[in-house]
Amino acid sequence: MAGITGKDAALTAYANALAAEAPKGRSLTQDALRRLFNNKAALVSIFVLIAIVLFALIGPYFLPWAYDKIDWAGIRKPPDWAKGHYFGTDQNGRDMLARTLQGTQMSLLVAAVATFVSVAIGILYGAIAGYFGGKVDAIMMRFVDIMYALPYILFVIILVVIFGRSPVLLFVGIGCLEWLTMARIVRGQTLSIKQREFIEAAKAGGAGPFTIIFRHIVPNLTGPVVIYATLTIPEIIITESFLSYLGLGVQEPQTSLGTLISFGAPVAESLPWMLFTPAAILVVTLLCLSYLGDGLRDALDPKDR
Amino acid sequence: MKITQVLKAVTTAGALALMMSSAALAVTLNLGNGGEPGSLDPHKVSGDWENRIVSEYLEGLVTEDAQAKAVAGQAESWTISDDGLVYTFKIRGDAVWSDAVPVTAQNWVDAFQRLFDPKTASEYAYLQYPIKNSSKIAAGEITDFSQLGVKAVDDKTLEITLEAATPFFLDALTHYTAFPIRKDIIEKFGDQWTQPENIVGNGPYKIVEWVPGSYLRGVKSDSYYGKDTLKIDEIRWDNTEDLTAALNRYRAGELDILTDFPADQYKFLQDNYPGQAHVAPFLGIYYYVLNQEKPPLDNINIRKALSISVLRDVIGPDVLGTGELPAYGWVPPGTGNYEGTPYAPDWAEMPYDQRVEEAKKLMAEAGYSPEKPLKLQLRYNTNENHQRIAVAISDMWKQIGVEVELFNAETAVHYDALRAGDYNVGRAGWLLDYDDPSNTLDLLKTGTKGSDGTINWGNNYGRYSDAKFDELMTAASSELDLVKRAGQMHEAEKIAMDAFAAIPIYWYVSKNVVSPKVTGFEDNAKDIHRVRWMTKSE
Amino acid sequence: MFGYALRRVLTAIPIVLITITVCFFILRLAPGGPFDGERALPPDQLKNLRAYYHLDEPLIMQFFGYIGGVLRGDFGPSMVMKDFNVSRLIGIGLPFTLTLGFSAFIVGTIGGMIAGAVAAVNQNKWPDYLLVAIVLVGIIIPNFLMANLVQLFFGVYLKWLPVGGYQPGSLIHLVLPVFILALPHGGRVARLVRGSMIEVLGTNYVRTARSKGLGTRLILARHALKPALLPVVSYLGPGLSYLLTGSLVVEQVFSLPGIGKYFITAALNRDYGLVLGTTILYVFIILALNLLVDILYAWLDPKVRYR
Repeated sequence: MAGITGKDAALTAYANALAAEAPKGRSLTQDALRRLFNNKAALVSIFVLIAIVLFALIGPYFLPWAYDKIDWAGIRKPPDWAKGHYFGTDQNGRDMLARTLQGTQMSLLVAAVATFVSVAIGILYGAIAGYFGGKVDAIMMRFVDIMYALPYILFVIILVVIFGRSPVLLFVGIGCLEWLTMARIVRGQTLSIKQREFIEAAKAGGAGPFTIIFRHIVPNLTGPVVIYATLTIPEIIITESFLSYLGLGVQEPQTSLGTLISFGAPVAESLPWMLFTPAAILVVTLLCLSYLGDGLRDALDPKDR
Repeated sequence: MKITQVLKAVTTAGALALMMSSAALAVTLNLGNGGEPGSLDPHKVSGDWENRIVSEYLEGLVTEDAQAKAVAGQAESWTISDDGLVYTFKIRGDAVWSDAVPVTAQNWVDAFQRLFDPKTASEYAYLQYPIKNSSKIAAGEITDFSQLGVKAVDDKTLEITLEAATPFFLDALTHYTAFPIRKDIIEKFGDQWTQPENIVGNGPYKIVEWVPGSYLRGVKSDSYYGKDTLKIDEIRWDNTEDLTAALNRYRAGELDILTDFPADQYKFLQDNYPGQAHVAPFLGIYYYVLNQEKPPLDNINIRKALSISVLRDVIGPDVLGTGELPAYGWVPPGTGNYEGTPYAPDWAEMPYDQRVEEAKKLMAEAGYSPEKPLKLQLRYNTNENHQRIAVAISDMWKQIGVEVELFNAETAVHYDALRAGDYNVGRAGWLLDYDDPSNTLDLLKTGTKGSDGTINWGNNYGRYSDAKFDELMTAASSELDLVKRAGQMHEAEKIAMDAFAAIPIYWYVSKNVVSPKVTGFEDNAKDIHRVRWMTKSE
Repeated sequence: MFGYALRRVLTAIPIVLITITVCFFILRLAPGGPFDGERALPPDQLKNLRAYYHLDEPLIMQFFGYIGGVLRGDFGPSMVMKDFNVSRLIGIGLPFTLTLGFSAFIVGTIGGMIAGAVAAVNQNKWPDYLLVAIVLVGIIIPNFLMANLVQLFFGVYLKWLPVGGYQPGSLIHLVLPVFILALPHGGRVARLVRGSMIEVLGTNYVRTARSKGLGTRLILARHALKPALLPVVSYLGPGLSYLLTGSLVVEQVFSLPGIGKYFITAALNRDYGLVLGTTILYVFIILALNLLVDILYAWLDPKVRYR
């Protein structure tokens, strides 16, 4: 499931630029931020995303219905303002808006945790490969090449089938298979940073390899990590919706955008409100993330203006 | 030279045109079969979608009419001895296999021997266990197959001897486990005998194409004795499993019959395609099993509280939307050989509020309340309908002080857990294999001890065990007086239901969508609709 | 170049072996087995079935038996599709999945390149905004939802195209599946082409060419196309593997006979032989395609050294 936005290409370009200016990395990031804020689409996306996240987190407290509360008098009913079902109810009489917000929370959580896991593994793996170099590097990166070639969705399916349905496993499973790009970028980054004077100085000062990696190399990776996260989150949300379609999503009464859409898709005609709310949130969220990702890429890659 | 070439071209074109026009005239029934057949071997299949194919290319001694009642098939007549133990079938003189070999009594002898052969490992062999010595052969206790109660008297006369008189035996013979086979073909081709190029059948249609993952095609068999009455020339069984996609295909006219449809679409279908969605009572029960081997559900009061607090009346009409009728007993209404008043507990008539109060009291006695809830895990296999019911029932239980953790898994995992007793409450269902109450009541019989000392509980996932119940069922199994037999089973049903051996929820309905072009499709309680009785107009 | 290719092929062998080993043992850890259906089997029959499929032997023996079979080209029996063995199923499904995948690949790649180029040339004008929006929606909407919507729209309402099903030799039955499969792929290609094309159009030599008065089309064809294609080519490898897995959904929804559908059914039903067979096949195809893409990349960009 390679990049929605071709994140390999974007990240490589950025990483090179960053490496070339490594000691002045900070000013490059400041530059980038200035450019990002000049990009209207990206700026609007940021605000919309913040609004969605806040709404998903706070909204449920203001709704008359909880996401798992059954309204026995309102099963499969279209929007009804008088009763507080602003976006209708599902086949169990549960409020669609409340469920969509819960689903958004869950999808974002899945995406955030999976991204975090993949970033963590990627950084550690890439930094070790890059820092030690030589044979270690060659073997470790060969392994990454191999993993790239594997049909990763098949492994996710096998994992989920085997270890059951806990959301935690879902996050970790997806994260474990998504770290490859990150590892490649970090390795390249590390390779160039480690020749800089300040690393030599740290070495001379008696710092161990892991101290150097965490104190000097990792902080220089903020830019790539931000782009990476922006581009990875949509992919994970889409993967999760695919798993939900196969019936391998989260357990009831919990839900996710993917689960809601997979239940809404078959009734698109007869109960359209069941599809509309979750699909709208999904599309808007992913659109914003894509625009933001584009904005970040343009902002961080100065030659592409 | 030239002229001959031209002539050849003209005749070829003419022949082609003829073929095309006859192809256009051929009536093809596109049947949305809803599943991928794993096999066409009658001894290896188990799904109703496989039954729909196998029973068109093979035919038993008796077969089903449009109402799914047993009628003469390959046997033109039969006699039953006065003690009900010996059935003698006279096989039709014009019964012929599709490769022109006559059908003989020996075909059934071969078939039953293969069915019970432990090496065949047939899943549904137990349906024919009324036949003498069959279960012992299947268990490997008897290795001499000639002791099986199936004998060929001559080429066209078959004699079947039973262990005990069995009122539903003729009905059981309509099942695919009682179909004849061609031993020579199976020996010649081995596992490959069901491939279209090798397959031989004696039924109305002949399998000509099988594209796994997509469809099968059968055409009218020229050797079938009733070929002149067949109105449909060709059947295309389509494997589309996605119910929504199948419905879309039906609406576009690509499929003529759907054997299932999404419950949510029932109202939509009624509004937009009036009269085409068929919902009819179906012999089967949807229920929750309760693990009675370990606490807390070994406590009958907790089981009672759980059962009476389920408001069954809303499940079918509201949660599912297809109007399934609430179930309180264990034998579906309309099951044959079951005279007498159906089981109805007194609490079923109580207002729901009162039932909830009663349930709360029972839970309080056991030490649970909404503040101090009983935690239960409810398992179901992944399916939208099962999910909705589980969500609805867990909400009904919340008010009496039960906190439910829902857990869904694929079919294999779900039933593995139920069998291992690794659950509290689990979803299950049973569709009757033959029209007799013993088929569902046997689900609650105490398990049998195997040779290695372990108890085989079979389909009794809740491990309900009651000596009196077992005794009544054993007595009923050899009772010849049908009225007395029904009485024994009614009594058994009452014992089990009064002990809340499980929670019956609703009686199944069959859900078909039938195009107005198709006639001869009659709703029946077995949901069996043989294509040989149907017609289709363009 | 030949030596490079050979080395790549040789390294693929341990990858396939590792995949087989890992999948084989992981699958056996999964709860539930191939014979755990709705109805309980009597223990004697279960024993017979397990013996029939050699599931009663020690796991390690089963493993070596399986490897031995695979080396002889025999992927063993399917426990759910009982009338077929895995090799035969793959023989039926693979050509179809490949046809579907490659058709979608070609349609998506070409469509995506055109869309990307048009958007780049019209950067920040309405055709650009429109195309970018269409492309994003195509990528974002889950394919099972998109499939249902196009079935309804083109099949049920307009009746232009068949909703689903498979007819040997019928191209019209492939239109919707290929479209659904090609859409996200084409979208990604379009974004890549747009990005790199904008970059190339901004370079000095294109500016020079333009100042010399050459037409846009000529500049595109002569100067901008080849460098703009490089990132696209590097995406094609992963893109192909995405297409193959995307076929999982499409084959299911359109009821087409392909190995993606077998994989899903087999994984859910614990049909060990079929899961392994299809997984091995996927890995093999993807490794082979990646190799092809790398060689193509090297040919397009002489700067790339063979590692």
